[in-house]
Amino acid sequence: MTSTSRTPEGGRIDRATTVEFTFDGQTLTGHPGDTLASALLASGRHRVATSIKLGRPRGIAAAWAEDPGGLVQIEEPFPEPMLLATTVELHDGLAAHALPGQGRLADVPDSARYDAVHHHVDVLVVGAGPAGLAAALTAARAGARVALVDEQSEAGGSLLSGTDRLDGVPALQWVAAAVAELAGHPEVLHLQRTTAFGSYDDGFVLALERRTDHLGAAAPKHVSRQRVWRIRARSIVVATGAHERPVVFADNDRPGIMLAGAARTFLHRYGVLPGRQAVVFTTNDSAYDAALDLHRAGVRVQALVDARPEGSPRRREECEHAGIRVLSGAVVTGTQGVERVTHALVAPFADGEVGAGSAIACDLLLVSGGWNPAVHLFSQARGRLRYDEALGAFLPGEELDGLAVTGSAAGVFDLAGCLADGQRGAGAALGALAIPPAGEDRLPAAPEPVVPAAPLVLWRVPDTSGAEGSTSFVDLQRDATVADIARAVGAGLRSIEHVKRYTTIGTAHDQGKTSGVLTSGITAELLGIPVQDTGTTTFRPPYTPVAFAALAGRDRGRLFDPERVTALHEWHVAAGAVFEDVGQWKRPRYYPQPGEDMEAAVLRECAAARTGVGILDGSTLGKIDVQGPDAAVLLDLLYTNLMSSLKVGSVRYGVMCGVDGMVIDDGTVLRLAEDRFLVLTTTGGAAKILDWMEEWVQTEWPELRVHCTSVTEQWVTLPVVGPRSRDVVGAVFPQVDVSTEAFPFMTWRDTTLDGVPVRLARISFSGELAFEVYVNPWYAVAVWQRLLEAGRPYGITPYGTETMHVLRAEKGYPIIGQDTDGTVTPHDLGMAWAVSKKKPDFIGKRSFTRPANADPLRKQLVGLLPVDGQTVLPEGSQIVEFLPDGELPPPPVPMLGHVTSSYRSAALARPFALALVKGGRSRVGDTVHVPVDGTLVPVEVTGSVLVDPEGARRDG
Amino acid sequence: MQLIACPWCGPREEVEFSYGGQAHVPYPDDPGALSDEEWAHYVFFRANPKGRFAERWNHSAGCRRWFNAIRDTATYRFERVYRLDDPKPVIP
Ligand SMILES: [Zn+2]
Repeated sequence: MTSTSRTPEGGRIDRATTVEFTFDGQTLTGHPGDTLASALLASGRHRVATSIKLGRPRGIAAAWAEDPGGLVQIEEPFPEPMLLATTVELHDGLAAHALPGQGRLADVPDSARYDAVHHHVDVLVVGAGPAGLAAALTAARAGARVALVDEQSEAGGSLLSGTDRLDGVPALQWVAAAVAELAGHPEVLHLQRTTAFGSYDDGFVLALERRTDHLGAAAPKHVSRQRVWRIRARSIVVATGAHERPVVFADNDRPGIMLAGAARTFLHRYGVLPGRQAVVFTTNDSAYDAALDLHRAGVRVQALVDARPEGSPRRREECEHAGIRVLSGAVVTGTQGVERVTHALVAPFADGEVGAGSAIACDLLLVSGGWNPAVHLFSQARGRLRYDEALGAFLPGEELDGLAVTGSAAGVFDLAGCLADGQRGAGAALGALAIPPAGEDRLPAAPEPVVPAAPLVLWRVPDTSGAEGSTSFVDLQRDATVADIARAVGAGLRSIEHVKRYTTIGTAHDQGKTSGVLTSGITAELLGIPVQDTGTTTFRPPYTPVAFAALAGRDRGRLFDPERVTALHEWHVAAGAVFEDVGQWKRPRYYPQPGEDMEAAVLRECAAARTGVGILDGSTLGKIDVQGPDAAVLLDLLYTNLMSSLKVGSVRYGVMCGVDGMVIDDGTVLRLAEDRFLVLTTTGGAAKILDWMEEWVQTEWPELRVHCTSVTEQWVTLPVVGPRSRDVVGAVFPQVDVSTEAFPFMTWRDTTLDGVPVRLARISFSGELAFEVYVNPWYAVAVWQRLLEAGRPYGITPYGTETMHVLRAEKGYPIIGQDTDGTVTPHDLGMAWAVSKKKPDFIGKRSFTRPANADPLRKQLVGLLPVDGQTVLPEGSQIVEFLPDGELPPPPVPMLGHVTSSYRSAALARPFALALVKGGRSRVGDTVHVPVDGTLVPVEVTGSVLVDPEGARRDG
Repeated sequence: MQLIACPWCGPREEVEFSYGGQAHVPYPDDPGALSDEEWAHYVFFRANPKGRFAERWNHSAGCRRWFNAIRDTATYRFERVYRLDDPKPVIP
């Protein structure tokens, strides 16, 4: 298809190459360098969307991210909803369609890669327009480490949209030279297509680089599609330019109505004539450039409508010389047309009153209400804004440490001024960093600025259409109008933040880039207060939308959280283990044999451990090496029981509490030497307990000569469990006397296996005779296989965490964090025996004498046996009690406690549970009830130890 | 994302640190000598001012050292960091 609206020459597009794309199923062409918007306009298409609430046709109204109208749905190369046609770079194979109000998320996973890079600089310059380039050059020439980021596909900023000249040649030649010079500085990072979208504390800026979006299907797979740059800058120069502001009038939303500056961009940068006959409506001098440029390019400019009574005498002359009719003291009051504007209704305007008007035919209506500096990054960094009466805009109202706003972002609107201001901003940054400026730092010669005629601040044209502002759109994306603001004010809202939320203005895709200041102005007008008092809503990151995929970066799927695996992981995988996550660890939960479900596998594994021999990979157990002359003193302070009396070669179980007396962890302690202990923690408690030890040592007892370090990953731990465990361990370590007499319960021995050091410990977490085998992970597989081999005659059975839990629960051993919840004391667990009465103090001791701890109705750990011998009580179930008459108490039924652990027991041949029950130990023998699926299941309260309560099995 | 100046490491990203509550709340010399109320004050009661607050911080993903800081709870700014054995600084 031929371009109907392409200029014969000029622009930044590659006319020698044609790319094909589809829009709404229609195949169109454009050129590299186009955006989707410029290519659509080149083919004569303005309308690209349907508004979300009112279903009105909407078109391209600006040339970049401030466009509130041109939202499209991308289908190829990857479905993405609600992108702006103005910011989508054209490439071969792009497929998009008009957005019918709302977009559609992709229903397939995004296969592209996203990543993040940290970067540290002396000076970060945001924006590569005249001010930003000048700032970057000044900083780079001084030898500073610089990052220059700019959101466009190429540097130049506003220079890309005009005909400015510097040093007597087209300004883009200076841009090219500046970019080349920056590339020659090794400490300069220059990124285009990179939007600084958030500024945070201490010079931290997040920027999104679109690395391959513009390449479409040609994007290399090994390059990330988008990258988040996490930039920490000692100093920031903001040179983000300004957004043109529209004027609100009736039916100001029709396709073909566009910001005046945008038309210049489409003309000069993309070689597109956005219309054939134009009306230009302005309150300031800048739109005269658009009128003149379009006129020269062959557009018939029907009228330039200037709301100022006198207009701009100098520029009026220029226009009239070119044959453009200028109507001063006039406004556009409304428009006609549906799919595209056909007429502008123009009327005289004086002292706020609109006179009788007439319709002027046009297919393009350009609007300029002045310029809003892009103060987003400054405001996000908590910079205070001030309202400038003359400009009708908010400007930075204070100096921030480490962040300078320059150029038109600071309200400087002439080229020479922007260049000088950028240089000044960078110079101030260098000064603050004590980096001496370069001797030579020349700025290009810009034309002498001409003082423009004073602009008129006009937020809206009085609605003479009879619609009472209900078609005078303030926020096109939200279909929010002057009438909506009037309704908000009428409802008594005064705060601009409330008006925003009531009207939803500024809450859409563009976050109020064109509507925000208009809303402040119109609200102030309706309230009859100064705009300064209305202020703006808070600017929050992100400046432009950022895909969640980019923020997630590589932290997706398996990389979302680190996975920790033991040295035996591959063996477990090969053995068909079903894994469970325990913190970051992958632990085998059970090893199903063909045809087995979890229940069958666990019953089999449990039976093996209780009647023959089982083996577990217990390597994830936390291990802390505590060394130093005061190691025993520290452990006595942290454990509730006495550790200093432990003999070298022995093992003791211990409990740790917080200062509130509640259990935080438990485990065994091996005394390795007079001044050295190996502390074993729960798998989940390993890091927390090391932190806990270090906190006390550093903050309260720095005089203790003791050091703690994690050795969790330095040892694998392989419990060999069951009545035949002695045969297995004795066979693998024949030099060790494994008899009860020579190697009693709760002792440990060092030995070797083929010269490799091995530690054996008589520790049992099941009540059975058991040996824990400790070895360096390098030898884990070999030792594991030797144990399996030696155990083969006894049917040695690897078991997982589920069986481990059943075995320990049958013995009433609590899991801290499952059977406890931070409100449970050792006494509640029936472990008064583990609380020293001899030690003068330990952490938690004082809390045990609080009256609440003596309450006989405290929840205590007990066993539960469902009376039917069948029901497996769901963990977490509540426990209730019948009244003496056999009835439930009236609602709300008091809860006695809850089920903390529940399993089917092979040893008991029935299900059982552990529970925390009010006054539980005094209820042993009672029957209470547990609601399960709407039925009250009677359960008998028992002691917490259900298997081998006399402890007869631990020595085999 | 603030930078927090660890007294041993210098400025580091805030995500490397963990918070330890109010500073200068020492473990009592003899907990057994305290009344229940006095003990409860030690265990549970902490100040919660708006403005300057002496706090404990731990450079947990760095050097793992604990230190104290004066931080403004309204602005989040760290006004002073100091070692545990330093006296609480007086800021005019
Ligand atoms: Zn540190």
